[in-house]
Amino acid sequence: MFQSKPAELLTMTQEKQKTPLPRTTLTSINVGETDGSQDLTKLPIKLTVDDLSIYYGKFKAVSEITMHIPKNRITALIGPSGCGKSTLLRSFNRMNDLISGSWVEGRVLLDGKNIYDPDIDVVDIRQRIGMVFQRPNPFPMSVFDNVAYGPRLYGIRKKSVLDEIVELSLRRAAVWEDVKDKLHQSGLELSGGQQQRLCIARAIAVEPAVILMDEPASALDPISTLKIEELMQELKSDYTIVIVTHNMQEAARVSDFTAFLMINDERSGTLVEYGPTEQIFTNPQKRQTEEYVTGRFG
Amino acid sequence: MPRQTLDREIHHLQDEVLLLGSMVEQALLNAIDALKRRDVESAKHVYLNDDLINEKRYAIENRVLILFATQQPIAHDLRLLAAILEVITELERMGDYAKGIAKIVMRIGQSDIPIPGREISRMGDQSVSMLHRALSAFITEDVPMAYRIPKEDDLVDDLYNQVYHKMMAAMIADPEIIDHSNCIMWVVHNIERTADRVTNICERTIFIATGELLEIDASDDEWDDEDEL
Repeated sequence: MFQSKPAELLTMTQEKQKTPLPRTTLTSINVGETDGSQDLTKLPIKLTVDDLSIYYGKFKAVSEITMHIPKNRITALIGPSGCGKSTLLRSFNRMNDLISGSWVEGRVLLDGKNIYDPDIDVVDIRQRIGMVFQRPNPFPMSVFDNVAYGPRLYGIRKKSVLDEIVELSLRRAAVWEDVKDKLHQSGLELSGGQQQRLCIARAIAVEPAVILMDEPASALDPISTLKIEELMQELKSDYTIVIVTHNMQEAARVSDFTAFLMINDERSGTLVEYGPTEQIFTNPQKRQTEEYVTGRFG
Repeated sequence: MPRQTLDREIHHLQDEVLLLGSMVEQALLNAIDALKRRDVESAKHVYLNDDLINEKRYAIENRVLILFATQQPIAHDLRLLAAILEVITELERMGDYAKGIAKIVMRIGQSDIPIPGREISRMGDQSVSMLHRALSAFITEDVPMAYRIPKEDDLVDDLYNQVYHKMMAAMIADPEIIDHSNCIMWVVHNIERTADRVTNICERTIFIATGELLEIDASDDEWDDEDEL
């Protein structure tokens, strides 16, 4: 092997003598650094959470959160149980209003308009900001009626229009092929994964701008989970998605941005770190985030 | 602690990296010693033992891949395990340099043509010392140390240049020893590359601790194709 090398070596050693090369730091990047597509300051913002605190009576469940949720991206809320992430998510379409004694300070702006303003119609907000829950919860009615429920509520009566909405929504939710021959069977007869995709179809049938998902895959088998995750990637071109998940690998797989919450000394949920998912999972900037994502705390 | 299994595995892997490092250090020192003593038997030993270094490297790599698959390491754990993959590759290549030196000892055999033994010993000692401390900094994540060690590479380069000039002068004076001298140049080249690769280990130490991927010194990049000996 080396027998053919010495002549070359000599040439190279001579060259080495001639050209002293710089001995400085040439390149440097930070792991988790991303291109501009993950720069929150450059992305259009769909939801702005502005100094938001959420109370249940006197108890401050979520404390002074400010964050910008970008349009057409998936934002994950992670954190240990009881850190207020579901409470925060539910505040984005005023689901917390349903709990007596619950009230908020601060603002949640959808396209710049505070959804907590007195002149806001809550039904209108819930149309524009839809929600998918942890356990699939189809209504005890047919697949078709599940999806048509919302549009009918908003006054659409014409059969041909409803047909079109139902098919489009089921297609977008990647469940059309599974249910097209059983549109008039009960939604409860579908498998868990199909039911969850039906619920997503139901959420998008009313053309929301934002879809909130509260652990949408935690009650599903692994394949159904992956289908939901793939579906989220397809949906984000049309919708802004915010997801709460306990599964950090899921947050890492699906989201563009991740917010880490934990409770402070007053047992109130606070935002510890918020940034591009790649950064949170490769090089978080806060010690508590590091401890949580590496599984050493929480 | 909820991640006892992962922590235990990581500590074990760190021990294994240190063990691999000490195997490589020993191989380099033994190869250089064999050269100085023209000890072909000892060189053969280094040559054959390179298999053990390779095996150890693949065993560590396999363990890291299993941890990726089963433990889903994140953040610091992920950087540490990714860095281990990089460092064991560097160590294995350094082992190859030791093997290359041993091969040259076997080739020049009992020849009594003089070699610049003092410079070669100093280069070897310096490179192995850098390697030893770099691995220690790697395990303790000592960033200041990781920045300091590559600066010592200048000493190895100076010694390399001294040997180079000596060998050139000797070849001009006596063209009969050109082949022999080229062999000696390969030895010092291998030692010099070892020191360069120590820099790569230091870069990984900084990466684990800070998340910053940086190149401390690229002065010998164009030599990379010549690492095969």
